[in-house]
Amino acid sequence: MLSFLVSRLLQAAAVMTAVSFLCFVLFNFVGDPINNMVGQEATQSERAELRHQLGLDDPVPIQFVRFLGNAAIGNFGKSYRMARPVEQLIVERLPATLELVFCGALLALLLGIPLGVLTALRRDTWDTRAVMTFSLAGVAMPTFVSGILLIYVFSVECTGWVAWLGLPTGLCLPSFGRGDTVKIGWWSSGLFTGTGLKALILPSATLALFQMTLVLRLVRSEMLEVLRTDYIKFARARGLTNRAVHFHHALKNTLLPVITVIGLQIGGLIAFSIITETVFQWPGMGQLFIQSVQFADIPVMAAYLVMISFFFVTINLIVDLTYAVIDPRLRVDRARAVGNAH
Amino acid sequence: MRFSRLLIATTVALSLASPLSAKTLRWASVGDALTLDPHAQNEGPTAAMNQHIYDPLIQRDPSLKKIPNLALSWKPISPNVWEFKLRPNVKFSDGTPFTADDVVFSITRVLSPTSDFKTYLASVKEAKAIDPLTVHMITDGPNPILPDQLTNIFIMSKAWAEKHNVTKPQSYKDKEETFAVRNAMGTGPFMVKQRDPDIKTVLVKNPTYWGKDEFKDYPDELVYTPIKEPATRVAALISGQLDFVLDVQLQDVARVKQTPGLKTLESAQIRAIFFGLDVGSPELKYSDVKGKNPFADKRVREAMYKAIDINAIKTKVMRNFASPAGIITSQGVNGWTKELGARPPYDIAGAKKLMAEAGYPNGFKVTLDCPNDRYNNDEAICQAVVGMLSQIGIQIDLQARSKTLHFPKLQKKDSSFFLLGWGVPTLDSHYVFSFMYQTNDGKKNGSWNFTGYSDPKLDGMIEKMAQETDIEKRDGLIADAWKVARETNAYLPLHDQVIVWSMSDKVDMPIFATDSPYFRYAKMK
Repeated sequence: MLSFLVSRLLQAAAVMTAVSFLCFVLFNFVGDPINNMVGQEATQSERAELRHQLGLDDPVPIQFVRFLGNAAIGNFGKSYRMARPVEQLIVERLPATLELVFCGALLALLLGIPLGVLTALRRDTWDTRAVMTFSLAGVAMPTFVSGILLIYVFSVECTGWVAWLGLPTGLCLPSFGRGDTVKIGWWSSGLFTGTGLKALILPSATLALFQMTLVLRLVRSEMLEVLRTDYIKFARARGLTNRAVHFHHALKNTLLPVITVIGLQIGGLIAFSIITETVFQWPGMGQLFIQSVQFADIPVMAAYLVMISFFFVTINLIVDLTYAVIDPRLRVDRARAVGNAH
Repeated sequence: MRFSRLLIATTVALSLASPLSAKTLRWASVGDALTLDPHAQNEGPTAAMNQHIYDPLIQRDPSLKKIPNLALSWKPISPNVWEFKLRPNVKFSDGTPFTADDVVFSITRVLSPTSDFKTYLASVKEAKAIDPLTVHMITDGPNPILPDQLTNIFIMSKAWAEKHNVTKPQSYKDKEETFAVRNAMGTGPFMVKQRDPDIKTVLVKNPTYWGKDEFKDYPDELVYTPIKEPATRVAALISGQLDFVLDVQLQDVARVKQTPGLKTLESAQIRAIFFGLDVGSPELKYSDVKGKNPFADKRVREAMYKAIDINAIKTKVMRNFASPAGIITSQGVNGWTKELGARPPYDIAGAKKLMAEAGYPNGFKVTLDCPNDRYNNDEAICQAVVGMLSQIGIQIDLQARSKTLHFPKLQKKDSSFFLLGWGVPTLDSHYVFSFMYQTNDGKKNGSWNFTGYSDPKLDGMIEKMAQETDIEKRDGLIADAWKVARETNAYLPLHDQVIVWSMSDKVDMPIFATDSPYFRYAKMK
């Protein structure tokens, strides 16, 4: 077990180094930050001087080694755009993204699992067909379209239809931002204020839409599979109630693969949140990253990508370890094969 | 214990989130100020934020005329010395008095190596306090436009800067951010209450503002949220979550106008959009013509100019939010005249004839470099021109890129044909000539002249312009220089951008052609 862990950790470190090197090569194509950092009046010698100060005139491998050396001691440098230490920027933005991802994932599970079960049990009914059609739209629609659509319905046109229904216009939702936040230590949370919770609804719904349809379809197909198995037939033959058969025997065996997939999707959610954050002006890390790309703010881009690869590597590692722990049939080599399949 | 602290924090937050008072103005635009340090970033959104907190010596009014701000009067007392009489009884928002020392300190700070405004004051050798309300600025030669240049320079508190160790503008070499990046101390109408960069900035009325009798009804509070996504920005305005949006996309303006309770203001912006041609190289880098440079031939340039159907661009591409230009600067800049602003007529037959005369009856191939995230509809303008120039045989390979790639490419002089825009913060033609027409010497002069255009005669006129203190003679020089420049067609002018500010009916404020809102002029119903 220990040697397995060590080898996985070494692999993780190798992956992260490779990712950061690829980032550095890519940065050469993102553009030159100097023009964004000085006014149009700056002379060519001033520009050259700044480029030299920042070490941007050094060859890429030297810049990369310098970056690794600094990153190893936790120093990601200072943002070219905001003149603030990168670690500080990321720590400030992390809570917004994680709260959004948490709410999005929760929403996806709370809606996706029951709907998946329901559509599996009530095959060929009109409500199942309606849900399945809707889920197709959810899978197919790009996040920015669903986000703008939600803004249009629940924010822009809202006062109209809310008044028509005779409801208070306070039900309309904000189209941007995080609302008021509360500081708990360094963590800024929007979960404890009215405006904060209201502001969470549309972005987390947007983020959840794709994941929810994924969970729904996964649960449904797993459930249909399980319902055909012998032990379910046997359970019915024993005269168990529908309720016990469906929820105690069938659903339980359905959830194992679902949990695995969801674990891996969390990393994807953080990545998807870039688009959601842009549409809703959600002050999270994804937005920070997009703005940094446009400015060619290399220190922020590098730190963000390293951090995201760290998340992915960690989640993968945890999933692999859980396999090994949960299922004693899986030997170490088997677990490795499963891990690599992702 | 932890729970009770949480409970308290929540209660405090809820009590703070009381309904907004009527005099709060909530506004948005695409990007946030990069810093509150007034001398570190010479950039539009940064100035648009800082001008509410900091005052310059001389300010522009809504018609862009110079008016007194911290300086009540200014005059040259000898060829190399400008004298400024300062406004008495002005206080910084911490209550400390404003004196000549603060001006000297700020000018010195602007001249330091890490400042991004030092080129504005390149002519200034030093600033001297003569008495608490008089400052002399000594220049290295006569500088008639120093007052215009000073409209971009904000004055800081010397005591505050010394106390917080920010006597120099922030530098990228430092490991930590300086105190002035998120804090500010000025004499302006507002002061900082909350600053979360990229998220939210709240400014409140400065109780010690010197102009509170002059500007009575301006809002008590400004809440600024940068909103990157254009659709989200306009949605927030329409749904009543914002009172003012600086940059609604042109295609959304009609929607805003239709919405009851919203209105728009329009003005031609001080920014001309034009094409630049590599006229200086012996051979174009990106063309199929070898051994010679077609753009070096005046007839080709004129033919291209005549083949651009500016009215089609104005109505189809710009949705009428553009005013066609005849020179590469805008109405409102000293030196612009109606005659200069007129364009030769759109004339394909004439253009074809000129091409044939120049020896290119079948045209040639060339690459056009175009930004796609800098100017209004920039890429669409280029696409339209690709079609127009193909009518005279010029086949264009269009390369549209982000500004972070486009401008460095130009600065490396790695383009044969490019789109560019040029704003004029000093509102004087010299700024256009010295950056766009003067011979690019790789140092100070012509630093945005990527055309290779070089005319010693024009260079001489530009040098003279910089020194001539007699206004009439100087205006004559500018007029002559424009005649020369306009003839060359090293640039093909397109149009001045039109800016549209969108706001709630509750807001009453003038538009500024600089595209920078001064909320001290705003009134809220």
